[in-house]
Formats: sequence, structure tokens, C-alpha cells
Amino acid sequence: MLRDITIGQYFPGDSVIHRLDPRFKLIITFIYIIMLFAGDRFICLGVGAVFTLIAIFLSRIPLKMFVKSVKPLLPFLLITAILNLFFVTSGDILFKWKFIKITDEAVSISIFMFVRIMLLIMGSSLLTYTTSPITLTDAIERLLSPLKKIKVPVHELAMMMSIALRFIPTLIEETDKIMSAQKARGAEIDSGSFMTRAKNMISILVPLFISSFRRADELATAMECRCYRGGEGRTRLRQLKSAPRDYIALAIAIVFWVINIIIG
Amino acid sequence: MKNIIEIENLHFSYPADEGEKPVEVLKGINLEIKEGEFMAVLGHNGSGKSTLAKHINGILIPTSGTVTVDGISTADEEKIFDLRCRAGMVFQNPDNQIVSSVVEEDVAFALENLGVPYEEMRKRVDNALKDVNMYDYRHHSPAQLSGGQKQRIAIAGIIAMKPKCIILDEPTAMLDPQGRKEVMAVIRRMNREHGITIVLITHYMDEAAQCDRVVVMDKGNIILDDTPRAVFSHVEQVKEIGLDVPQATELAWELRKAGYDVPQDIITEDECAEAIKRLFERE
Amino acid sequence: MAILETQELTYVYSQGSPFQKTAVDHVNLKIDEGEMVGVMGHTGSGKSTLIQHFNGLLRPTSGKVLLDGEDIWADKNKIRDVRFKVGLVFQYPEYQIFEETVYKDIAFGPKNMGLDEAEIKRRILETAHDLGLKEELLERSPFELSGGQKRRVAIAGVMAMNPRVLILDEPTAGLDPAGRDKILGHIKNYHERTKNTILIVSHSMEDIAGFADKILVMNKAKLFCYDETEKVFARADEISQIGLDVPQITKVFMKLKEQGLDFGKDVYTMDYAKKLLLKKLAERGGV
Repeated sequence: MLRDITIGQYFPGDSVIHRLDPRFKLIITFIYIIMLFAGDRFICLGVGAVFTLIAIFLSRIPLKMFVKSVKPLLPFLLITAILNLFFVTSGDILFKWKFIKITDEAVSISIFMFVRIMLLIMGSSLLTYTTSPITLTDAIERLLSPLKKIKVPVHELAMMMSIALRFIPTLIEETDKIMSAQKARGAEIDSGSFMTRAKNMISILVPLFISSFRRADELATAMECRCYRGGEGRTRLRQLKSAPRDYIALAIAIVFWVINIIIG
Repeated sequence: MKNIIEIENLHFSYPADEGEKPVEVLKGINLEIKEGEFMAVLGHNGSGKSTLAKHINGILIPTSGTVTVDGISTADEEKIFDLRCRAGMVFQNPDNQIVSSVVEEDVAFALENLGVPYEEMRKRVDNALKDVNMYDYRHHSPAQLSGGQKQRIAIAGIIAMKPKCIILDEPTAMLDPQGRKEVMAVIRRMNREHGITIVLITHYMDEAAQCDRVVVMDKGNIILDDTPRAVFSHVEQVKEIGLDVPQATELAWELRKAGYDVPQDIITEDECAEAIKRLFERE
Repeated sequence: MAILETQELTYVYSQGSPFQKTAVDHVNLKIDEGEMVGVMGHTGSGKSTLIQHFNGLLRPTSGKVLLDGEDIWADKNKIRDVRFKVGLVFQYPEYQIFEETVYKDIAFGPKNMGLDEAEIKRRILETAHDLGLKEELLERSPFELSGGQKRRVAIAGVMAMNPRVLILDEPTAGLDPAGRDKILGHIKNYHERTKNTILIVSHSMEDIAGFADKILVMNKAKLFCYDETEKVFARADEISQIGLDVPQITKVFMKLKEQGLDFGKDVYTMDYAKKLLLKKLAERGGV
């Protein structure tokens, strides 16, 4: 059951969007976020929506995957929208009952915020759907590398990220195994009272921690044996090369941004 | 042939807790390993064989005595990376030595650390992957591979460094029979085709039987050092320290003990069948 | 009388997805009470999936698992009781140890069964004895023990539940020959004392040959054979064809047979080989 969770869900493919240089993809996503948050008219969101839909179409990933990405956050989004509905008091009153007042502005702000966040989630999902986590980590490391000059441990953070990514499937598998083993000893994990379940979680967490420490220790030795000594002087097998299409994509994003500013 | 590894009077104890006496794990090991040799270190758990392995590429430093690899002392901190390029190490748990989530990037890890330029790195990574028959899997995630495949990736990561010798610390202990065969085949080929010196730490006698030379360890000492045939002919001594001999060897030994004329150095089933046949054919 | 039975047991992984895979395919078998069964098959043959059905950790896609003639999934709420009757020791069980003392860790299963302290203590002492764990060890932290000792503590944790069927998935994986012989010997002790049914999964036919009454072989999700040890070894040829190793001693006698020296029996243990040869040689006039 744990195996069904896939962090950062990546759908391998070779669409134009998949093939874009991850650094450019990150920058474009950044522009897109600014675009969504800069304008405060519905038409601005419309421009963002058009941009997202074109990109989704080009990625050849089914639209329903994007609906799925929004789903887990839906309750949170709805609560925010409802709060906005009650707490925005400016504008003409549409509805009044005892102390509850709903104004036309409240309705429009609620909808606006809701759509904005939806678009934000869909756009960033597009980034993770079309870029493998390891490539993304790599792109972040390279984009942030100027920060090394002011002593930000960019390489170390990226190495931590990529090792975490490497070990997530291993740890999920291990958790599954330990859970089965404790269930075989009669531990109630999916049923029973809250207290028994909490207590039984210990029987899973302790072995998991111990084995993670052992793994970390062995991995550190193995890395040392392969001459790891930090980011200094490292070369990379993964070469990131930008192609004309990356610049074109960037240009399109900028055009959308400018349109957004003008009409906003 | 010249010696690639020289171990002289090596003693080692792990640092003890306060008030406790340190336990000596290695008690004066002397060992010379020739270039191109395919050697097994056989011993039960706790015999000191893994501790010995960790001395060869400087993970552990002798309490006293010296270990040199290709003329470099493992205690020489300034040359530790030179040493590690010459003596690569493969560990027991295949999961805990793979760093990257893409196979080819893991194989490149050591080369990236050493700052090898891209073109050279690409070539070496591809060759190493072909050497272990994993080239087709270069874009896979290690999580999708079997234990034997993961272990071959780990070996490829070492081969890419172009080491003169590889030390393998029980590389097959966690694998199924299929995985064990794959890994043993790769190790043998590295030795034959690339002339890489192999030090294979194991407790499987069938793996030791495939080597040129077997060193048997017990309680921190080397007690036997010879060809597999000669080592396994000491059936009683080997069994006494908790190890196995091939069943063919044991059967021949039982027959000899009962007074029959059977050669002492049998290790394969063919030799054993041959010897038994001869007993039944004589007048 | 059959204690465990499967009827057309089938299990399909990730049904409906592109990764769909049938791991167990219409398996029918009956395991009799008190037997010692060796379970073999290479990785991916379906043997691990099969054994996880016996204690209800997996639920069949179709088909049934019967314990004492009753479908274990007849009442979903009683599946926990099935786990007390059919104990399962996973591979590398020492990685599930979590308590501060050996005693407490072994007590985890019996406690979950709701046994009283006196009964728990009695069982722990019994199983500790079966497994050669000295009493003074019981109050120590399991994390200070040697690898082989930890493994025995973990096995004791399931044995102390006194399940009527005990299943061990590769109990000797990663151990050296001495450790392996020790564990197998302890399992034998337990079997002799309790007369409980035992299933041992192993890759090594040499391990199994010595003491299994019956051998179950899985191949490509199907039951390849389930029969008395002798009869299974009589098919050594087929078994090596599906990629399993037969003991070297069996190979020696297969070679002899090829060369016209037939002893009329299938040989799979050292003791038997030795006795047989010495007897036959003596008949020819001895040394």
C-alpha cells in the first residue's frame, strides 16, 4: 500500500516539455508564478490559464493527472475560499442572515483566489511531471551555484537531496517489510484503538531508524571509498545543454508575462 | 610477478570503551598478494576477514604493522585518494553503496569526484557498464534492479576508476543463487580479461574453490594459505573452524578414512565420480 | 489430516495497471499436520507471495486458503487469529527487533495474543531454550548481540506465539556455515518438542535435503511439485533445468549413473552417500 505513493510523481516521456533544459523550465515556472500573483484581474488569470493549458497539451500528459494533483489540496482550498467569502465585507451585500453578510466582492475574491491557487498547483505539477526529481535537483544546484560565493552549501544540499531521492524507494520497501513482519506478530496497525496503534507504530519506527542509521553509515564509507570529498573540483556525467527551443520557450513565457502586465 | 599488496605483521584492535580492554581482531597478519592474483579470504563471521579487507584500502589503519598497496602505505593520509583509486572496494549490501538514482550516474560517481573530464568519463562509464553486462540498464533506477544487478552496478562503479585491485567484502552474502552466479562470473572476467587483482572475502566454499589461492582465517590469524585443492584437503581442520568443504571433497575424505585408495585433492563432482568408479572397477 | 490447504489460489499484483503480474497461479496443495516442509524456487517464482497467503498477510485475488478446513477469509475480522495460528518469520528477521531487552522483544507477539504474564514467561523460557539463548541474555539489549544471536531472538519472537504452523523465509540467509547449522539444529529441536508443522523456505537444497519430510517447489508462479523429499530428488534433472541447484553429492551420483554405475537409489545427503558406498564396497570385499 505504501508503494503506491510516488513522491514528486514523474511521468517519463519525450515531449517538447520533457526535453526542455530543466534550468529553463525552473526559470519559466518562476516567471509563471510571478505572472499569477502580479495581476489582480480575472483576465490576468485567463492569460495564465491559456499558458498552462498550452503547456499541458504539449506535454502529452492527460489532463486528468492534473485534476488528480489538485485533489488532495481541495479541502484546504475550499476552506480558504469560504473564509474569504465571510470575511471580505466591502462591496454590495448579496445575502444577509443574522450576522453573516456576503458581498459581491467577497464572491469574486473567493473565486479569484481559488482559481489562482489551482493554476499554481497545476503549473508546478507540470514541472515535476515532466522533470525527474534528480534532474530537478541538478538544475537547482546549477542555478544556485553563484550562491556558493556567499558560503551557501549548495552542493551539499543538492547531494543530500539526491541521496534522499535515491533512498525513498528503498525505505518505502523496508517500511512495508517491517510492517508485515510486525503484523505477523499480531501488531494492529490499520485497526485497533488509537493508543494501540500509536504503540505499535513504535515497533515500526525503531527498526526503521536503526536501519537508516546503519545504511547512512555504510553509504558514507562507500562514498569515501569512491573518493568523495565534497563539491570542490567535481565534474559531472550529466551535461545540461541549452538548445534553441529553450530560448524560444523562455521568449514565449516572457511574451505572456508582458501581455499580462499590459492588460493588468 | 611483483607484489601488489604487502601486509606486514598487521595487528588491529578496535578502540575500547573506557575501563575495558581492547579486543585484538587481527593478531599479526603477514600476507603478500601478487599482481593479477585471484584470491579468496575464507573465514566464519568474526574471524577478522572483513577487518582485514578494510585495511587494504585504508578504511581502517593498523594499530601496528604496515599495509602497502602498489607501494603506497595505507597510513599515508596524503595519498589516500591515490590508494583508493588503485584498490577499489565492494561491500556486502548492494543497496547501501549506490549513491545515485540513475544507474550510469552511480557508475560515474567516483570519476565525478576525481574530476575526470566529460568525454573520458563517458567512455569509462560506458565501458564499465558493458564489462558487467548492465549497459542496457544505464538509464534505469537502481530500485528497479535485482540484488545481483545492483551488485554488478557497484562493481562497475569501481571498475570505472581503473583500479589495480578490487577487494570484495562478502559481495554475494545477500544474493540469491542466480545473483551469486552473475556476480562471480563478472569478478572472474575482470581478473582474466583485465588482469585486475581480486581479493574476495567470503564464507562460501564453492566461491573460494573458483579462486587461484585461498587464505583461511580464524580468530584473527591466517591458518591456511594455499590452492583451493590443498586447503580443502584439510577437511577436519576446515570443518572444525565452522566452515564447509565441497561435498565431493568430504565424500572422498570419508572413503579415504575408511581405508580406500582415493586421491586427497578432489573438489569437483567429476573427480569424485571418477575416483568412486575406479574403486568399483578394480579387481 | 491437512492443516493448511489451498484451493485454486491465485494472486495478481497491481491488477489493472500496466505492471500487472500473476505471482501465484491456481495453486492447489495440502500440507499435513506435523510435517517439516522445504519450500524452494528461485527469486520471482512466487514462493514468497505464496507463503504470505498462509497467514493472511495477502488476500487471494481468487481461490481459497483453508486452515483446519476453514476459509481464513470467511470472517475478515478474525484474520488476526489466523496470524497467531500461522507464524511467519521473514527474511533477515533481526531487522524487526525493537524492544530494549531480549525478553521484551520475544514477548511482543505473545502479549498481542493477550496471554497472561506467567504464560508469556513460560513460553519465552521454553523457546529461548530451544534456540540456545542463555537465560542471562534475556535481560540484555538485543542490539548488543552478535548477528547470529539477533537472528535467533527474532525467530524466538514468533516461536513463542506457539503457532501451529511456523513458516521461516530463508532463516539462514547471510549466515556462515556454523551459524547456518546452528539455526537449522535449533529449528529441529523446536519441531521435535512441539510437533508443530514447519515450512522452511530455502535456496539451498543441501540445507533442506537433510531434514525435510516433503519438498514444495514453485516455478513461474505455478506449483512445480510437492512431494516426499526422495521423490523430488528423483527428479533432480528437471529441478536443475528450472534453475535450482541440486546438492553436489546428488550430482556425483547422477554422473556415476550416466557412466553405468547405478546404485538404484537417489542420493541427497552426505550420511546416506557414505553408508551406501561403504556397504557396496564392503560387499565387493572391502579395502
